[in-house]
Amino acid sequence: MKMIKAIIRPERLDFVKKRLEDQGINGMTVMQVEGRGDQKGISLQYRGGAIQVDLIPKVQVEIVVRDSVTETVIQAIQEGAKTGKFGDGRIFILPVERSIKVRTGEEERDS
Amino acid sequence: MTLDTGTTAWLLASAALVMLMVPGVGFFYGGLVRRKNFISMVALSFIVLALVSLQWVLFGYSLSFGGDVGGFIGNLDFLGLSGIGMEAGDAGYPPLLFVVYQGMFAAITMAIVTSGFAERVKLSAFIIFALLWTTLVYDPLAHWAWGGGWASALGSLDFAGGTVVHISSGFAALAVAMVIGKRSGFGQYSLEPHNIPMTLLGAALLWFGWFGFNAGSALAANGLAANAFLVTNTSAAAGALAWLAASWYRGKPSSLGMISGAIAGLVAITPAAGYVNVGASIVIGAIAGLICYGAMLFRLKKGLDESLDAWAVHGMGGLWGAFATGIFATIAINGYSGLLEGNVSQFFANAAGALAAVIYAFAVTLILAVLVDKTLGLRVSEDEEYVGLDISQHGERV
Repeated sequence: MKMIKAIIRPERLDFVKKRLEDQGINGMTVMQVEGRGDQKGISLQYRGGAIQVDLIPKVQVEIVVRDSVTETVIQAIQEGAKTGKFGDGRIFILPVERSIKVRTGEEERDS
Repeated sequence: MTLDTGTTAWLLASAALVMLMVPGVGFFYGGLVRRKNFISMVALSFIVLALVSLQWVLFGYSLSFGGDVGGFIGNLDFLGLSGIGMEAGDAGYPPLLFVVYQGMFAAITMAIVTSGFAERVKLSAFIIFALLWTTLVYDPLAHWAWGGGWASALGSLDFAGGTVVHISSGFAALAVAMVIGKRSGFGQYSLEPHNIPMTLLGAALLWFGWFGFNAGSALAANGLAANAFLVTNTSAAAGALAWLAASWYRGKPSSLGMISGAIAGLVAITPAAGYVNVGASIVIGAIAGLICYGAMLFRLKKGLDESLDAWAVHGMGGLWGAFATGIFATIAINGYSGLLEGNVSQFFANAAGALAAVIYAFAVTLILAVLVDKTLGLRVSEDEEYVGLDISQHGERV
């Protein structure tokens, strides 16, 4: 199993959720985060100088899925989150050792 | 006439009450925008308060209340408040007090217009626009209705500013929104209010301040002021419950809807407060809640980003209030009859005053907004809008 951790623009979250639902992926955890990437935030130019806004609000979406659907989920997130401009975010894939449902104790498995 | 201490004391308090409405609008609007524009929205109201306060004592008061020039605007006799003194005139209170009381009306009006600029206006351009707007739109309209201009000569009734304050600001906000354009993302994803309790608190300040606005407009501490106070509160209550019921019918009874309904009721009773009785105020408020709710749905359907609904609530509520004054005015309250008492001409006088204000406010605002947009640019850059006006315009964060 894999955890897919995507850091995206907050205003793209609805689009990403829609794409994931289309693929039958409903469960997720969403966090409000701040961060920066290679551009170190946004630089605003003024006559009196520049203001660097280095930490920009983003949302982090975490989804745990079976290995077999990982690529589909990555594609869905990318389609939903992409605007083509700097600051569209990142997707990270992490291995997950086990996944247990609290209510039933049932263990979810890849196969 | 010597100074009437009761009246003077009440007007001093009323002026302070109306002042509180200006940041009240700021907090009302501030809760409705996204968090990244909260400071900007509140700051715009304070900037308006400061800006209009100065404009008013330097020349705005004179343009509104100076000697009549062609029924359209006041002359410059009172430039820098020359000749306005502390001695009570015929009215029983110091003319200086009238200046500051009316100045607060000018400030609140401009503050309402900020709805159309929400989350995307460039501060420097806004300051220039606000100065032009209050001088070229508000001051003439105040003169028409209260300064001896053509609307008062025609007999159009506007007790506390339904036309001057609410129609003008509401339709101006609509014109502004059409020039400055939609917020980025409007219609694509939801631009949710970030703090509804803040908006409720802003509404509380508005409801409270409105007693100074309407009951103070009696310009005396007397029975007429008491009537205005009571009908103001009653109309707000009827508006709140009407909108609440309408939103309940379509889904959940929204607190934001309820409080918008209260504001709609307050707006609609504003021109009528000194002319109608309490029974009429229930009808005026309830219908205002429904009309403004309908206007808001219409705006959304049309995809217009008049972001915080100054047009739907103040513009359309003010329009209804002007008509309602012509319908429900009763001779028992203040010596004027409306349509229900068979006075058709009163209804038409009010309709003429209101429609002229709609056209004037919308057209002149459109011209001013285009002018400022072409020269200075009304709107911030895409990046500035993205990080929010708090950081990009003020260098501050909530």
